[in-house]
Amino acid sequence: MKLHEYQAKDIFGKSGIPIPNGQVVTAADQATKATQIINGPPWVVKAQVHAGGRGKGGGVKVVHYPYEVVTATESLLGKHLVTPQTGPEGVTVNQVLIEEGIEINREYYLSMIVDRSTACPTMIFSQAGGMEIEEVAAKSSELILKEHIDPAVGWMMHNARNLLYSQEPPPPFGALRALMSVMANVYKIFMTLDCTLVEINPLVLTKDRKVFALDAKVNIDDNALFRQKELLLLDDPREKDPLELMAEKYHLNYIRLDGNIGAMVNGAGLAMATMDVIKMAGAEPANFLDVGGGASEDMITKGVEIILKDRRVKAILVNIFGGILRCDVLARGVVAAAKKTRIRVPLIVRLEGTNVKEGREILRNSELKFLVARDLGEAADLVSKQVS
Amino acid sequence: MSILVDESTRVVVQGITGREGAFHTEQMLEYGTVVAAGVTPGKGGREVEGVPVFNTINQAVEEEGVNVSCIFVPPPFAADAIIDSASAGLEVIVCITEGIPVLDMVKVASFLKNEKSVLIGPNCPGIISPGKTKVGIMPGPIHKPGPMAVISRSGTLTYEVVDQLTGIGLGQSTCIGIGGDPLIGTTFIDHLKRFKEDPETEGVVLIGEIGGTAEEEAADYIREEFNKPVIAFIAGQTAPPGRRMGHAGAIISGGQGKAEDKINALQAAGITVALNLGALGETVQEVMEKS
Repeated sequence: MKLHEYQAKDIFGKSGIPIPNGQVVTAADQATKATQIINGPPWVVKAQVHAGGRGKGGGVKVVHYPYEVVTATESLLGKHLVTPQTGPEGVTVNQVLIEEGIEINREYYLSMIVDRSTACPTMIFSQAGGMEIEEVAAKSSELILKEHIDPAVGWMMHNARNLLYSQEPPPPFGALRALMSVMANVYKIFMTLDCTLVEINPLVLTKDRKVFALDAKVNIDDNALFRQKELLLLDDPREKDPLELMAEKYHLNYIRLDGNIGAMVNGAGLAMATMDVIKMAGAEPANFLDVGGGASEDMITKGVEIILKDRRVKAILVNIFGGILRCDVLARGVVAAAKKTRIRVPLIVRLEGTNVKEGREILRNSELKFLVARDLGEAADLVSKQVS
Repeated sequence: MSILVDESTRVVVQGITGREGAFHTEQMLEYGTVVAAGVTPGKGGREVEGVPVFNTINQAVEEEGVNVSCIFVPPPFAADAIIDSASAGLEVIVCITEGIPVLDMVKVASFLKNEKSVLIGPNCPGIISPGKTKVGIMPGPIHKPGPMAVISRSGTLTYEVVDQLTGIGLGQSTCIGIGGDPLIGTTFIDHLKRFKEDPETEGVVLIGEIGGTAEEEAADYIREEFNKPVIAFIAGQTAPPGRRMGHAGAIISGGQGKAEDKINALQAAGITVALNLGALGETVQEVMEKS
């Protein structure tokens, strides 16, 4: 689960990480009031969307007069913001954060993740702040420093020193304590809130050696939400694709993509591989859909309905390797879906595994028109015929 | 031969009284696995499919001499179950559970560094040495004993591959699903080292997917130290960056974890990468015939 910048900054503020004064507004008339409370000029007006690359998409504006704060807010609210990380249709801006402008002397990058190779919480620090960290990693990886934290011991002061004194030049003496405190607090937030990412880019140093988190990114581990219930209140479903939201409700793993061949598969790996098969057949997958190991007939029906709601879909490939999910259950679900919604596109079905005979028979005896593929190769051929 | 599990394996099922635990206990027994005990706290003294249930792992070890555990307990309690099994000295711990918080697995990984237990998973189908024993949830009948090892981050995709192998007459020594989570107990290299020493294993099929760098690390190891043919398949060439593709660990993030990079690394190490899943079985056959 992703948090908005203003939500993450709220957590930072409460945890002792300095943030600029700011206010979230959802209507332009609130902006005037905000300029009276928040120090300026300058002010920074920032679109609150989960997608990164907001600056490049015109979602961050620096302005110098109160009326500009209002017009900037007006221009952002309701706008479809297109960034390098959104699709071409962009995302709608529902909230805007208005902040005091901070005079920047130095910019750092600071983040915390769990490193997969060492299985340790790991802090990443760089003096190349304010830039895309992926670009820094690709061009000058020596500027990126990592500190693995022993989870049995926790955060130690020397972890911060290792990162800070490796900088050339090291941060000015007066700023060291403030930076060390930010690092310790980032670790604390990461561990107590079950984060998968805490990122501050940039973490800035002002001329008078004050430290501020100018941006904030916090992602929470979905698997830990059962013990982070208060964070659930921060979820913003407006950021999600409506079809993905609907799928979530039925415990289906659905991700909408740009192509026109729908796919329904059991298991994440096989679902990804099936998308690749579609691509190799000369078509583009319209979605990723993993119905899971223990899908019920009803879930299959819902899956077919969700795929069909995407009007771009020209054919559906059902690829099931029955294990725990039996082929007869799958077949019944598809037949039930056909009774509820007209299946307006060709249906290619490839069934294998548990109860495959029963499954095939159910499909054959239904009034459903479908194309049977005996194996994946044949399924690919049938997909390719649909698009040619 | 085979690795990690065989006829001598005595399984304890943790969470045996749950729906999944009970169902797969029955399935494992049917396959011929010796399920010697089950554990569900508070339900000791009962039986599931004729298997005695204990309150603690220690009791199951003492009474039934179990040496391998298979975990079906719900995600909030799964890390506890893994550490419990490791403390009791079990040789192999297979964790089927999907959805364990990452920070719980950080704790588990840290604890296991000082233990001799081998953890398979979590979020995996388990391990099977065909004809001998199966510890997990994979459909038994698609497997057949033979010379091929399979190591995979996926479940059903592995069934697909195994089915193709069996279909062309290539049986398997041991098939391991290492799990789809970002933090897993053992990864490709850990098991490649074991297969290297297993005289019955003549070749390995490695099934990876997007996310992390485990395939790249395996490629390095294979180039430098592995002496048997390896055929690889990587799922997720069409997966968009930044999205979690079903598995918690299947995500391209920070420019890392792309299928393309993995395929390139494997090919650069001289490993045959099958690009067409439908023809994977044939690719394996060609490589094995040449070697």
